Amino acid sequence: MATMIKTETLKYAYPVEEGEKQTFALRGVDLEIEKGSFVVVLGHNGSGKSTLAKTFNGVLLPAGGKVYVEGMDTCDENLLLAIRQRVGMVFQNPDNQIVANVVEEDVAFAPENLGVPTEEIRKRVDDALKAVGMSEFVRHAPHLLSGGQKQRIAIAGVIAMEPACIVLDEATAMLDPIGRQEVLSTVHRLNREKGITVILITHHMNEAEEADRVIVMDDGVVAMDGSPRQVFTQVDALRSMGLTVPDTVDLLDRLQKDGLDVPLDALTVEECAGAIAAALRAN
Amino acid sequence: MLKDITLGQYFPGDTVAHKLDPRTKILLVVLYIAALFSARGVVGYTILALCLAACVRISRVGLKALVRGLKPVLFIIIFTGILNLFFTPGDRYLLEWGILKISDTGLRNAVFMVVRIMLLIMGTFLMTYTTSPISLTDGLEQLLGGLKRFHVPVHELAMMMSIALRFIPTLIEETDKIMSAQKARGADFESGNLMQKAKALIPILVPLFISAFRRADELAVAMECRCYHGGEGRTKLHVLKYERRDYIALVLGVLVVAAVLVLRHMGL
Repeated sequence: MATMIKTETLKYAYPVEEGEKQTFALRGVDLEIEKGSFVVVLGHNGSGKSTLAKTFNGVLLPAGGKVYVEGMDTCDENLLLAIRQRVGMVFQNPDNQIVANVVEEDVAFAPENLGVPTEEIRKRVDDALKAVGMSEFVRHAPHLLSGGQKQRIAIAGVIAMEPACIVLDEATAMLDPIGRQEVLSTVHRLNREKGITVILITHHMNEAEEADRVIVMDDGVVAMDGSPRQVFTQVDALRSMGLTVPDTVDLLDRLQKDGLDVPLDALTVEECAGAIAAALRAN
Repeated sequence: MLKDITLGQYFPGDTVAHKLDPRTKILLVVLYIAALFSARGVVGYTILALCLAACVRISRVGLKALVRGLKPVLFIIIFTGILNLFFTPGDRYLLEWGILKISDTGLRNAVFMVVRIMLLIMGTFLMTYTTSPISLTDGLEQLLGGLKRFHVPVHELAMMMSIALRFIPTLIEETDKIMSAQKARGADFESGNLMQKAKALIPILVPLFISAFRRADELAVAMECRCYHGGEGRTKLHVLKYERRDYIALVLGVLVVAAVLVLRHMGL
């Protein structure tokens, strides 16, 4: 499979006041993200996960090492527009990324910036709103929508650029459970149906259950990298990094410690129930 | 209380007044203001008042909403009225009462001034009532587009205006939240004299400003992420186009101004 984003010994330090000690938020990250994959990046506050996300489309430029988007170097200023068109980004606060006071105008913002002809913009706006299931809100005022709906508008605004990859930087953090579910199912569908690469930055473990790949960041480096099953079964390592494990794994872990012979890699509730039932029957 | 602000309030509708190109409406209002300031006599003002009444009728905006727009400037209207009434020297005095004298020209000026201000405000409000803020900014951007040659940042100004409009409801909501939070901590906004009331606003304004700056910062990053790079090479979802009704409206507007100017010469 082709590579979407590649980082090489990526380092980043936030600017500091004179006299303060400079600390690196990223201390050498090597990653390769495949096209069409659904990647979840986990980590507690200050682990560098959001910083990592912002280097993916050149919002932050590496202090050391390189980031390549489809082979384009993010440090090359001439490529910046092309890179941002390929990698769209959705942020945490929906209110602070909606530009216009009509939904369709907001979704049209990116294609307008790219100089797309008017008829084509119309088509892209309608398609994008349909893709996030918000077609009936074309003429609505964004501030009257719910958090989940606003965030779907923000996603539509990004899809209208026709990107190959969407990065969601804690885009579900401010939402209620229903809003979170709306956003998650939307990005999963986009990943499945349009083949858009999704990089989801979060600290909610259960959002990672259906991912192709889970990357755990800790103190500016990649601490774990693998399938959800491979990552979540390392219960003690995750806890030592200040992360919780999904409820199912937590339950299985406690049962195992109490002597019941259950596997740890049953992530969904059904699998978990099946595993416990099987273990009880074997007893 | 914060919800009562009528700034740029828009009543959606489907009438000719709503459908006119925003540029047409802006030009018509400019013509209307020019006519108001050149009108001299009763006939001139009557014509303009009738034009306004016709526009109000066409737009189906309630007269009540229009009159409500006058409320915030009521003080200015009364003030200018009184000033003109008492302090205009004239040939004949209708009333003398100590230093307060009402002259015939004073009475005339006062009435005309009050009518002029009221017509002016109702006319401009009618435009904002029938035009969405976003098309209003679009219209302004297009009309002033020629100034780009003189390095006037027209696109940037229009973008700033539309973002400001977009954030008004967000910031009002935020202000309400901050007020509740400060009230919960025992802040008192209602009692005390004017000075104390003004002081009580500080714990609202400081957090509001800090959060507004934070929002601006995040919005700028989000805009850059969506490939915003200034007005150059930008296209539009809605392109403004003059229709037949726009030409008709403009011709009518010019005719009214011409009529008022002719009447001015005749002293009517």
